Amino acid sequence: MIGLLLLVPLAGMLISIFLPARLSKYWAAAVSAATALLSVQLLRTGATAERMPWIPSLGVDYHVAADGISLLMLVLTTVMTLLAILASFESVKDRVKEFYALLLLLESAMLGVFVAQDFVLFFVFFEFSLVPMYFLIGLWGGERRLYAAIKFFLYTLSGSVFLLLGIIALYLKSGARTFDAATLLAAPLDPVTAQWVFWAFFLAFAIKVPMFPLHTWLPDAHTEAPTAGSVILAGVMLKMGTYGFLRFSLPLLPQAGHAREIVTVLGVLSIIAILYGALVSLMQKDWKRLVAYSSVSHLGFCTLGLFSLNASGISGSVLQQVNHGISTGLLFLIVGIVYERRHTRVIADFGGLAHAMPNMSVIFAIAMLSSAGLPLLNGFVGEFAILNGAYQANALWAYWSVPGVVLGAAYLLWLYQRTMLGPAQEVNARLQDLTVREWLTVLPLVAWAISIGVYPKPYFDLIAPGVKAALEALHRS
Amino acid sequence: MGNFYTSTDHFALMPALVLALFGCAGLFFRRISGVAMLVAGELFTGIALWRQLQAGAITAFDGGLVIDGLGLFFNFLFVAAAAITGLISYRYLDIEDEHHPEFYGLLMLAQCGMFFLATGTDLVTLFTGLELMSVTFYVLVGFLRENRRSNEAALKYLLLGAFSSGILAYGLSLFYGLTGTTKLAPMAQALAALDPTHPAVVLALITTAAGLFFKISAAPFHMWAPDVYEGAPTPVTAYLSVASKAAAFALLLRLFLGPLAPLRDRWQPVVTVVAILSLTIGNLAAVTQSNIKRLLAYSSISHAGYILLGVAAGNETGLRGALLYTLVYTLMNLGAFLVLVAMRRQNLPGETLEDFSGLMRRSPVYAVLMLVFLLSLAGIPPTAGFVAKAYLFLALVEAQQYVLAVIGTVYVAVSLYYYFRIVRAMFAGDAKPEAPLAISWGIGVSTAVTALTTLGFGLWPEPLFQWVKGVTR
Repeated sequence: MIGLLLLVPLAGMLISIFLPARLSKYWAAAVSAATALLSVQLLRTGATAERMPWIPSLGVDYHVAADGISLLMLVLTTVMTLLAILASFESVKDRVKEFYALLLLLESAMLGVFVAQDFVLFFVFFEFSLVPMYFLIGLWGGERRLYAAIKFFLYTLSGSVFLLLGIIALYLKSGARTFDAATLLAAPLDPVTAQWVFWAFFLAFAIKVPMFPLHTWLPDAHTEAPTAGSVILAGVMLKMGTYGFLRFSLPLLPQAGHAREIVTVLGVLSIIAILYGALVSLMQKDWKRLVAYSSVSHLGFCTLGLFSLNASGISGSVLQQVNHGISTGLLFLIVGIVYERRHTRVIADFGGLAHAMPNMSVIFAIAMLSSAGLPLLNGFVGEFAILNGAYQANALWAYWSVPGVVLGAAYLLWLYQRTMLGPAQEVNARLQDLTVREWLTVLPLVAWAISIGVYPKPYFDLIAPGVKAALEALHRS
Repeated sequence: MGNFYTSTDHFALMPALVLALFGCAGLFFRRISGVAMLVAGELFTGIALWRQLQAGAITAFDGGLVIDGLGLFFNFLFVAAAAITGLISYRYLDIEDEHHPEFYGLLMLAQCGMFFLATGTDLVTLFTGLELMSVTFYVLVGFLRENRRSNEAALKYLLLGAFSSGILAYGLSLFYGLTGTTKLAPMAQALAALDPTHPAVVLALITTAAGLFFKISAAPFHMWAPDVYEGAPTPVTAYLSVASKAAAFALLLRLFLGPLAPLRDRWQPVVTVVAILSLTIGNLAAVTQSNIKRLLAYSSISHAGYILLGVAAGNETGLRGALLYTLVYTLMNLGAFLVLVAMRRQNLPGETLEDFSGLMRRSPVYAVLMLVFLLSLAGIPPTAGFVAKAYLFLALVEAQQYVLAVIGTVYVAVSLYYYFRIVRAMFAGDAKPEAPLAISWGIGVSTAVTALTTLGFGLWPEPLFQWVKGVTR
């Protein structure tokens, strides 16, 4: 089943090359819808692991499996891709065929990251996903797209080459002639190696997340990317970093020695990201750039939860990763919807949009409140669990990160006030409200946000086994 | 001793005989199509090599020639390189108005020299092979007689090449003087008994190494490469950058891992420094190039550095990695040059970055294939280039050469930057209304083969690993 899930978008992409360009968007939507259904089906039935030798002489296997956390990430990926495709129907007019083919290719690569159980397989997916994203940003992005695209590629690549070195070191030092992630991570290591490997992994994942101070690629990439690119970047690709932390970095901690010091450093970096991201968001004049910087802050919460190293923090972090995908995806979709009408993202150009686009303003309000962590919406649940975990780990962490929540509410509410409320300017008075297709792109996310916010228990149940396994690995030695 | 020319000798020599015969026929029978001659020659050479592969290791000419896994590995590589070079040349030479059948004859004669470089185990044989290859290349580089750049490149290559051959000959003759033999096997024994710090030994080692580094265009002996690569006819550049480099590597491996193995402590630091220099100079100089042939010349210097990293690692995995990298480099670099050959059209050199502008809109298939080659050259999965680089890093970490491994990985990101300048031009640049690419039947087939293998070995590298493992056993 998992193999099928990886194969459907890939096959869809190959077929789309031979279809006429005017059909590509419908074909891509159909393929990604089928993939989404398949992933939901997997979520309901659970996934069986698949394993067969790939490069026997080095002990590399094609080994995929999915626990609750992976399944949740798979659904997030397929839903985000589907919505990203729907959101691009009108805005992408140039090289349509290539655009949708790349989105499907990217979907395959991203899905692979979340199911790979073999380090080489993981690395191949992790690194290859950069290629389609480079083109999505570089060819369909904003004015400084080429600069943003190569910056994104080089930044992430410089991190991931060290991931490769770390994997190789782990492989050789463990003495197990296999690249199976679980085996390698469980193998006994000397503290020096474990520490080097940990930092090599850290570099790759911290750039991907991105953690402060490695975040400088993000504002450019997210701002310049087309709507679909931003939605997928924020919604899914950033999570590859946090997912990598959870799966591959945390198990190395006990062997690395000085675990307490390392975790303190990472916790502090997360708090800096939370506060710094929020403060910078407050200063932004560009709507999309504001949302981009808010990601730095929100991902800071996710990493803070992870490095709390307790059940509440980690499960909150995993849920918050999904939440961030939903709420930031929604925010980017709305920025895209407004940009299609006005072709500007400068906040000062707007005001009073609520008069012309009442429906949109309601959806935007929900997205904003979900992002700000209002109770009964998804963001609250995750943030609460993370802060709870952080408090258990180190009360100071919680004290320092709470202002981030307040600042988050501040920059979002202020954004809402400046764009939606107030008197409508002449140019904004006649804008068309949401079309049926746009309703289709935003409604699933709104529904998902509310459902998580009202009844998060199934999600925590889904996440719990994976979190438990991670904690067991942490307390093994 | 005694038997002057046995049937074993004949069997061992067969591929070279075929190549020499067909090569000379190409020079004399001008009525027969050169391409047909080349295809026939390569076919027979392939058969001869295949039969040798079946027969197992052979030592011929009293230990002057050895047909072993290593030699056959390189020779199959030469067959592929020569065949592809021949197939992509005819349209190019027509456009240049220099289509003469001897071109194909020269390709095969150069390959004949390469055969001896990969299989020879006698200094005289090796040096003769090297000179046969080099002299042929001097002619090939200057094949465009009316073209000033081509002439200049040929002269430059001739002068510097002769100089380096002289240095190499000096080093080899010193070894002969020190050991009293030209055969590699007894030389190894004699050298092991010598004091490795003796000035004569050091001098012999350094001069030999310098000559070899020149031939593989490793820094700081790389000065000739950008000019020669730029001036030579593009198919010749392709051939020069893969086959000639691989042949010189074969010689380097034969010497360094054979008789010079006891001196490892002496040459390992040298190889390490040269590898780092090549990576640094090759990658950093490539960043600013706007002529693609020059850019690929500098990138090929950096790839020589990567192969040398495998030698510097000094373990079994390193040797395998170097071989693997040489093979993969041959495929992907040939592929990139293939597209460059197709860019040469009537009244359009097609060598600059601007010429690639908007290629995706004009020839999407070739743009995508070029992307595959460039991704592979940069080492992005799932291409063969990634497999080769990862295997080299594996060797370096295994040998505990962590600094080298980190240097190697950092330059992956640098190289991506300049390879993606081409990608950017192809995909994001504006399309200019220009003549379609000069695609011929030969270029189509060759591109398909190189692209499929580049991608195929990236997705399924097991056969490569098995082959390389068999060679080094």
